[in-house]
Amino acid sequence: MMKFEYAPAPESTAIVSIQSEYNLFIDGKFVPSKGGKRFETINPANEKVLSRVTQATASDVDKAVKAASEAYRKTWSKLTGAQRGKYLFRIARILQERAREFAVLESMDNGKPIRETRDTDIPLAAAHFFYHAGWADKLDYAGLGKNPKPHGVVGQIIPWNFPMLMLAWKVAPALATGNTVVLKPAETTPLTALLFAEVCQQADLPKGVVNILTGDGATGAAIVNHPGINKIAFTGSTEVGKIIAKSVASSKKALTLELGGKGANIIFEDAPIDETVEGIINGIYFNQGHVCCAGSRLLVQENIKEELLEKLKRRMSMIRVGDPLDKNTDLGAINSQAQLMKIRELSESGDAEGAERWSPQCELPEKGFWFPPTFFTGVSQAHRIAREEIFGPVLSVISFRTPSEAIEKANNTPFGLSAGIWTDKGSRILWGAQQLKAGVIWANTFNKFDPASPFGGYKESGWGREGGRHGLSAYLKGDFS
Amino acid sequence: MLLTDSSESSIKSFLKNLSPVDQVGADSRAAMLATRSIKTSSKLWAIETAIAMIDLTTLEGADTPGKVAALCTKAVRPDPSDSSVPHVGAVCVYNDMVKIAREHLDNNGGKEIPVAAVSTAFPSGRASLDVKKRDTEDAIASGATEIDMVIDRGAFLSGNLEKVFTEIVCIKEICGERAHLKVILETGELVTYDNVRKASFLAMAAGADFIKTSTGKVTPAATAPVVLVMLEAVRDYFAMTGKRIGVKPAGGIRTTKDAIKQLVLVNETAGPDWLDPKLFRIGASALLNDLLMQRMKMKSGQYSGRNYVTLD
Repeated sequence: MMKFEYAPAPESTAIVSIQSEYNLFIDGKFVPSKGGKRFETINPANEKVLSRVTQATASDVDKAVKAASEAYRKTWSKLTGAQRGKYLFRIARILQERAREFAVLESMDNGKPIRETRDTDIPLAAAHFFYHAGWADKLDYAGLGKNPKPHGVVGQIIPWNFPMLMLAWKVAPALATGNTVVLKPAETTPLTALLFAEVCQQADLPKGVVNILTGDGATGAAIVNHPGINKIAFTGSTEVGKIIAKSVASSKKALTLELGGKGANIIFEDAPIDETVEGIINGIYFNQGHVCCAGSRLLVQENIKEELLEKLKRRMSMIRVGDPLDKNTDLGAINSQAQLMKIRELSESGDAEGAERWSPQCELPEKGFWFPPTFFTGVSQAHRIAREEIFGPVLSVISFRTPSEAIEKANNTPFGLSAGIWTDKGSRILWGAQQLKAGVIWANTFNKFDPASPFGGYKESGWGREGGRHGLSAYLKGDFS
Repeated sequence: MLLTDSSESSIKSFLKNLSPVDQVGADSRAAMLATRSIKTSSKLWAIETAIAMIDLTTLEGADTPGKVAALCTKAVRPDPSDSSVPHVGAVCVYNDMVKIAREHLDNNGGKEIPVAAVSTAFPSGRASLDVKKRDTEDAIASGATEIDMVIDRGAFLSGNLEKVFTEIVCIKEICGERAHLKVILETGELVTYDNVRKASFLAMAAGADFIKTSTGKVTPAATAPVVLVMLEAVRDYFAMTGKRIGVKPAGGIRTTKDAIKQLVLVNETAGPDWLDPKLFRIGASALLNDLLMQRMKMKSGQYSGRNYVTLD
């Protein structure tokens, strides 16, 4: 039999130039730390060291907050909305012009496939800047009262799963609404944020408006606890989110949190089955499952379960796992050794608790951190793999008989970030969307994002919304707040 | 057996039980597969495979015996300067040209290349069943071993499925063992993907050996999502019956890139078993020259230009 092998199609890395070491971006310049050590950031697909970045100390944080505060007082708050919008449009255009460079760098530092960074992460990041650039001079008409005011200096801490996109989600609305920023990228994925610092310089953004500090949780804690910061925006784990909530509880700081999830992807018997299979794949294997709103619980109507799983298995066996820089790769590397251990540990708990594991035959590279696309059947609501966020390419399959049982099971979680409904019945979509306690509900699709659409969670999935008109309110003070 | 009988109600209930197709999802899946990057050795393989899958077609009112003869020469030896290029899958012509094509192929080393005839009052299908039957009989008598028939889209869209079904059954009976039957759905007139899926199953249940997108006379023709939906249909039909039905996109596939995208669709939808001229054909005319030019480029490292491939 003839066979169609796809020859390797690697994206060239010539477009990126990674420095061997990076300083901190404070007050418009890259400056060395006061006493901070350096740590390595590696390519999780081959464990090679990409660069050494700086562990920002409390005094670096202080310096950055002072720079942001001064920039707020002296320049940024003096500009009109239209003038702020001009900078945001400029940044958006530069991101588009340098899209390939960002996409390659993101793929190297994070391990995600170039197809996703090229087609999703970076275009969406630019779209967020364009969208918010448009709002900058229209805030009076956002339905948030007359003349809403910025908080001042905002501290932003972002995760490693969508480094550049999460930066855009944070920085774009903050700047559009007139705040200045101290941002910390995740420990394992600092490089695109540092490249973004260059973009700020290229765009002639006034110094101190954006400050970028690399570091670990200690740096994050120093930002959260700094008295000069008026608002904290955090995206990450529920565990850390709770610590942050406690830390700021005694202060006047405003807080938005975008935390974990255990999204239910609900498949009714009349669903368009082939597109549903694609939606399941996109729901849990997109970005190696490192997605807070992943459809990690598959709730399938009992009478189509076998047929659906057969189709899912067939489709999963075609997922191309491997070199993230290969343009045909569908599933890249797990972001870190620690995350891989967590995925393994939770999967093993699935085995131990009696669920049945399935993965297609696939060869995983020797070097780097890899986990095959996996699903578990025979999962009950009580299993850890049904309750805890795995944050990896692991799907828990649960069946239901009636629509109300589906909703009950879907809502039976401490989280409430996302859900999906697959059915040919429009009435059932509307009914389900009313019943489900989740911030985002997708109908006959999954993991689709748009800057105009607010995103955020119920319950332990977080506070506040990002994106859209609702997202602006997180960065403004006024009659509404 | 998928159908208890060929009554209207039995056909309707069978088609009603098919899973629906979500247009947005099908479009985005096809768009995602179009981003596959096929380079170097796999590109060369794809080009040669695509050449072997072409139903080299001329369906013009102005066709002449000379033009058909020239087409046949090209079918046997697509690149006169390189005998390692495979011959095409078939030659596709109107009924009155079948004999000419058959003779010319036989006399020029193309005995193994089948002649396909467009039949049943192609392209509109607006004739009585009796005329359609005689049309088919005439094509087979002239030497056609593949029959590309059109369905009655008017009947399909108005819900007269039994008529569509019965016509296919009748034409299939005439073909018997003598000719392969390709059923043209004319997806550009069916419009929705649900209709494409239903018509695919209807044709397969009625005895089609191949389902084909279009006549080439209507746009849109073989769009990627339509081909995706048809490939899903043959894959599902195989799971139900154990029988493999072929797929033939036709119309609008003009460049090597288009053709490679079709092969990717096949590979990742119906699966590698369908990557065979017995189960996948591309109805085209201009495509062949683009494939040849791209192949020359891959072999020599430079583009040779339009005058290095023959016109017809």
